[in-house]
Amino acid sequence: MGRFVARRLLQMIPVFLGTTALIFFMVHLLPGDPLAALWGDKAPDPVQLAALKHQQGLDQPLLQQYLSYMGNLLTGDFGTSLDGRPVLDKITDALPVTVRLALFAFAIEIVVGIAIGLFSGLRRGKLFDKGTLVLTLLLIAIPVPVLGFVVQTVFGQNLKWVTPTVQDSNDITQLVLPAVVLGSLSLAYVARLTRTSIAENIKADYVRTAVAKGLPRRKVIGTHLLRNSMIPVVTYLGTDLGNLMAGAIVTEGIFNVQGVGHALYQAINMKEGATVSGFVAFLVLVYLAAGLIVDLLYAVLDPRIRYA
Amino acid sequence: MPDLTEKKTSGDIPAQRTADAPAPKQEKARSLGSDAWHDLRRKPIFVISALLILLLVVIAIAPGLFTSVDPRAGDLRNHYLTKPNYGSFFQADWFGYDLQGRSIYARVIYGARASVVVGICVTAGVTILGGITGMLAGYFGGWIDTIISRVTDIFFGIPLLLGALVILNAFTERTIWSVVFALVALGWTQMTRVMRGSVITVKQADFVTAAKALGAGTTRILFKHILPNAIAPVIVVATIALGGYIATEATLSFLGIGLQDPTISWGIDINSAQKVIRTAPFALFFPAGMLSLTVLAFIMLGDAVRDALDPKLR
Repeated sequence: MGRFVARRLLQMIPVFLGTTALIFFMVHLLPGDPLAALWGDKAPDPVQLAALKHQQGLDQPLLQQYLSYMGNLLTGDFGTSLDGRPVLDKITDALPVTVRLALFAFAIEIVVGIAIGLFSGLRRGKLFDKGTLVLTLLLIAIPVPVLGFVVQTVFGQNLKWVTPTVQDSNDITQLVLPAVVLGSLSLAYVARLTRTSIAENIKADYVRTAVAKGLPRRKVIGTHLLRNSMIPVVTYLGTDLGNLMAGAIVTEGIFNVQGVGHALYQAINMKEGATVSGFVAFLVLVYLAAGLIVDLLYAVLDPRIRYA
Repeated sequence: MPDLTEKKTSGDIPAQRTADAPAPKQEKARSLGSDAWHDLRRKPIFVISALLILLLVVIAIAPGLFTSVDPRAGDLRNHYLTKPNYGSFFQADWFGYDLQGRSIYARVIYGARASVVVGICVTAGVTILGGITGMLAGYFGGWIDTIISRVTDIFFGIPLLLGALVILNAFTERTIWSVVFALVALGWTQMTRVMRGSVITVKQADFVTAAKALGAGTTRILFKHILPNAIAPVIVVATIALGGYIATEATLSFLGIGLQDPTISWGIDINSAQKVIRTAPFALFFPAGMLSLTVLAFIMLGDAVRDALDPKLR
């Protein structure tokens, strides 16, 4: 077990290096001066521009900039934004809100998605199953901004169940609507994956054996069928936590949640290259960590998968 | 060398059948492709979504056929957020007017082009790039596979939306092609993985060994023997992904980092309509509805194609 974890951690290193390098060079090689944005529509003053560039180390060769950037990352320094605040500060300010939102959405998609998938998988071809297929298809087809506005209008403005936008991002009851919208797309995928997996495994020999030896139905489904059917779902969920953090950009914008997505979007609009690459590097770390956890979970679900 | 083995079996089976049963019609053994087509024509979902997509493509090619109104001509004085007149079919005021007094119907029609072009071009680019890299990695293995696989790992660490934001942020003037570029640059690794896995399975088949024994060259084996047999999963993933790319373009345009104003896009219209969502919900409803319908059509098509090409998943 320990060896497996160590191996997976070692494998993460090149991926992390590559991803951060990719982001760094995308930000710095593509056209567009990161500092020129400070002047807005006016032409930047060349002397001031040069001085600022020197001060922030932007006049050094690209490779050197990258090396110092990586060195800083490893010591937990995600760079400084143009207003002088460390990027890590901005992240830690906004992170709790987004983590809460993402976990909330995650919980909704797991509980509701697996429940729906389980029921329609067990009653394959029945009315409930057909309804699930149509409903999930609609959820997948409706883009998130559209869904966000529809939900906001219906529940926020017409029915007045909740306030249309979030007033206090730290109040979890106000995050219900954004979390439902954020989790809806993944919910549809989780439900469909669970359904297919259950419908496939229900014909497996081990299920027949479990029924034949007289186990109660609850136990057959809970311990044998569901656990074995969770493997594709867990694979999907692993990459999904990172996607939820990224997808929060849209949801946080619509519902005015002051989280990472909001801050990242502002940084992009202000053309703050350093802030953007800091944020993205951080989110990539979250993404990779989620992948690691999934790999460890596999073995819990399926003992045939060995920590080799 | 033509595929000797295949021809022979397809000739043999009907002959055996006629020997023991008198009547059965001489049915040619169908290839995977024509078998899938045979299944698909009988599926209502496939027919409906294919017709919808055909209509969308026609709209994208010749929007002038459906409306004679200029989608960029605004008349603020007379038409600022005028309510729709549902009786006047195909006229300028059918879906009402937007914030700048422009005909929403005309904008919905002209907006199809951006979505369709982005969807098709990104899918084509991703399939070609991912297909080639996946084939190389899967067939040759060794260090080529190691390099390509590590590169795909790296790209998989970046969520599509985040990466697209970073790339598009660098363009000061963004056209359809910059959006296509960003999505292809980030999305090709998905196809690489699918193709690689598929090629690795096909590579071990007997007909590949046979082709090698007959002295076929690498190019011939790759394109004549492996590619046709390994392409099915790629087609399935590509069709389903197409709808997703259209949704991503609209999301990016909605965020203000995708397409820009002279281009007409449903995403941009959704963005500008959100300011007046309380007073003029119709300004949001029509572009949003068309967008959802388009994505739905492509996803339904993808579902149907998957069922036809991969009977195991049914």
